[in-house]
Amino acid sequence: MSTATPPEIKSGRPVTPQVLANSRLRPVRRRGNSSSTARLVSHGILIVASLIALFPVAWLVYLSLGPDKDDYLHPGGIWGKMSLTNYSFVLEHTQFFDWLLTTAVVTLGTTLIGVLISATTGYAVSRMRFPGYKKFMWVLLVTQMFPVAVLMVPMYQILSDLQLIDTYLGLILVYCSTVVPYCAWLMKGYFDTIPFEIDEAGRVDGLSPFGTFARLIIPLAKPGLAVAAFYTFLTAFGEVAFASTFMLSDTKYTFAVGLQTFVSEHDAQRNLMAATAVLIAIPVSAFFYLVQKNLVTGLTAGGTKG
Amino acid sequence: MTVAIDRATGKRHGDRAPRPGLGGRFKRSYQKYWYAYAMIAPVIIVLGALVLYPLVYGLYLTLTDANSLNTARTIGVNHIDATYKFIGLDNYKDILFGPTAYDRFWSHFIWTIVWTAVCVTLHYTIGLGLALLLNQKLRGRTLYRLILILPWAVPTFVTVFGWRFMLADGGIINTVLHALHLPQPSWLEDTFWQRFAAIMVNTWCGVPFMMLSLLGGLQAIDSSLYEAAEMDGASSWQRFRYVTLPGLRSVSSTVVLLGIIWTFNQFAIIFLLFGNTAPDAQILVTWAYYLGFGQQPRDFAQSATYGILLLAILIVFTSFYRRWLNRNEQQLAI
Repeated sequence: MSTATPPEIKSGRPVTPQVLANSRLRPVRRRGNSSSTARLVSHGILIVASLIALFPVAWLVYLSLGPDKDDYLHPGGIWGKMSLTNYSFVLEHTQFFDWLLTTAVVTLGTTLIGVLISATTGYAVSRMRFPGYKKFMWVLLVTQMFPVAVLMVPMYQILSDLQLIDTYLGLILVYCSTVVPYCAWLMKGYFDTIPFEIDEAGRVDGLSPFGTFARLIIPLAKPGLAVAAFYTFLTAFGEVAFASTFMLSDTKYTFAVGLQTFVSEHDAQRNLMAATAVLIAIPVSAFFYLVQKNLVTGLTAGGTKG
Repeated sequence: MTVAIDRATGKRHGDRAPRPGLGGRFKRSYQKYWYAYAMIAPVIIVLGALVLYPLVYGLYLTLTDANSLNTARTIGVNHIDATYKFIGLDNYKDILFGPTAYDRFWSHFIWTIVWTAVCVTLHYTIGLGLALLLNQKLRGRTLYRLILILPWAVPTFVTVFGWRFMLADGGIINTVLHALHLPQPSWLEDTFWQRFAAIMVNTWCGVPFMMLSLLGGLQAIDSSLYEAAEMDGASSWQRFRYVTLPGLRSVSSTVVLLGIIWTFNQFAIIFLLFGNTAPDAQILVTWAYYLGFGQQPRDFAQSATYGILLLAILIVFTSFYRRWLNRNEQQLAI
C-alpha cells in the first residue's frame, strides 16, 4: 500500500516545487486503482454474491440428474447414480412438445403483434402533438401498473363470451394489452432520438406519411424495435397468472403452466419437473444473455425520458 | 394534408391563433392530425377492447354479487343466464369495514406494504452495492457481471421451483442449517418463515435488474466530477454522497418506481412458491386471484373489488411519487 508510485504529472498543471513536495508526502493512487485490501474485499463480496446467484440454478440442474422422485431429499445419493433418464422421459412421455408449441405460438404472436402496434403508436406520439396527447400518454402510463387482478375477472368473462378461452389468440390478445403500453413508451423514447429532419426530407421527396414511417424511420429504429421485441418476448414467456387461468386443456399449456402440473396434491414428480425446468431455462437464458446489454439500456432509457 | 411536426418548432400553447368554431376546429384537427390518429388507432382499439372495456366491466362487477354460481355459463348444451344482481357499494363496504375485514383485507394490506418496502429497499441497496463494486477496475468483472445477472436470465417460474426444492422440509437449506446446529424453520408452512422466504426469493430475483440499471447510471457519471471532488479533498464517503448519489438520481427514481410497481404487483413468486397453501402470506394481488379463481365458488365480484382497490392505491402512490420527485425541478412529466 505504501509503495509510493511516482505521481503522473499532467501537462497543463503548473509544476511547482511545492506540488512535487506535497505529492511525495502522500502516496498518490490513480483513480480506479484501489488498494490491495480493498480489492480483496471487493473480490470476496463479489464471489459470495456470485455463489448466491449461481447456487439455486446449479442446484436445480444437479437435482434434475437424479433419477428418483425423492432424490431431492438426499442429494448426496445423486452423485453416484447420475443419469439423463429424466430428460429422455420428459421428452418422450410428457406433453413437453405440446407446451413448446403453445409457448412458441403465443410468445412469437405476442412479439409480432405487440411490436407492430407499439411501433406505430410510439411514432405517432413521438412526432405529433395531437389533441388528447397528454391524456393518451397518461393512459399508457397507468396501464403499465395494472395489477393482474384488475383485469383478470372481467377478461375471463369477456373471453368466455367470445369463446376465446383456451385459444392461442385469446392469450396473445391479453398479453398484447400488458406489453403494448410499455413498449409504446420505449419506442417513443427511441423515435425521439431520430432527428425530425429525416421525416421532413422524406416528405419533401414525396413519400406519404406512412411511407416515411415504413421506409425511413423503421430501418433507423431497428435497435429500438429489437429492445421492444426482446422485452415482449421475455415478458410473454415468463407470464404465469393469465396463462394459468385462461388455458384449460393440458395440451395448450404454456411452459409456465405445464411446469406446475408435475406437482399436484397426489403426486410430486420433482425429478421430472427439475429436468423440464432445465430444458426450458437453457434456451431462454441463452437468448437473454445475447440481448441483455441492449435490454437494460433500452428499459431504463424509455423510463427516464418524460 | 399537412402533417404537424410541431415538436421541432417548439411551439407553446400560448401563441395560438384565435380558435375557430367547434365544427371548424374538428375539421381542421382532422386534416392536420388524421395521420397521427391512424397510427395510434390500432393501440386504441387494443387498449379499448382489452383494457378499458374490461376495466369498466370490472367496475360494474364490483357493484354486483357475481360469482361462478350466478354468472352466465354453458354446461353441456344448456345455457344458464346470469342471475347476479346490483348491490351498490356493498362489496367495498364489506371488504374495508365489514366483519373480519382485518383478516381479509387489512392484514394483507399491511403485509403488502411491508413486502414492497422491504423488497425494494433490499433490491436497491444490494443492487447499488454490487454496481459500485462492479464499477471498479477489477480483474474478472465481466465474469462476475454475467454470473450475477443469472437470476434475471432464468425465467422466474423456473427459479421459483428451484427455490421450492431448496426450502422444502428435507431440502438443502434445512440440511445445512441442521449441520450447523441452527434451528430449521419450516419455510413453506409457518407464516413468518413463509413471508421471510418470499422476500428472500424475490430479492434474489430482483437484484440483477437494479444492479445493471444502476451500473449503467454509474458509468454515465462524468469522471471529471470525481477528479474535481478529489482535488477539493473529498473523502470517498463524500464523493459517494455528493457526486455518485446525485448523479444516479434520475436512474434511481425510475428504477425505484418501476421496482415498487413490479413488487407490489408481483404475482408469480408468491403464487408459485406457496400455491393456495398459505393464506397469510398472500399479498393483495395473489389474494385477489385466490378469491376469484383459487376457490369454489369463485367470487368474481370481491376479486374485482380487490383489483380496483389495488389500482387505486397504485395510482395515488404514483402521482404522489411523481410530485415528490418534481418538487425541485420542473421536469417534463405527466
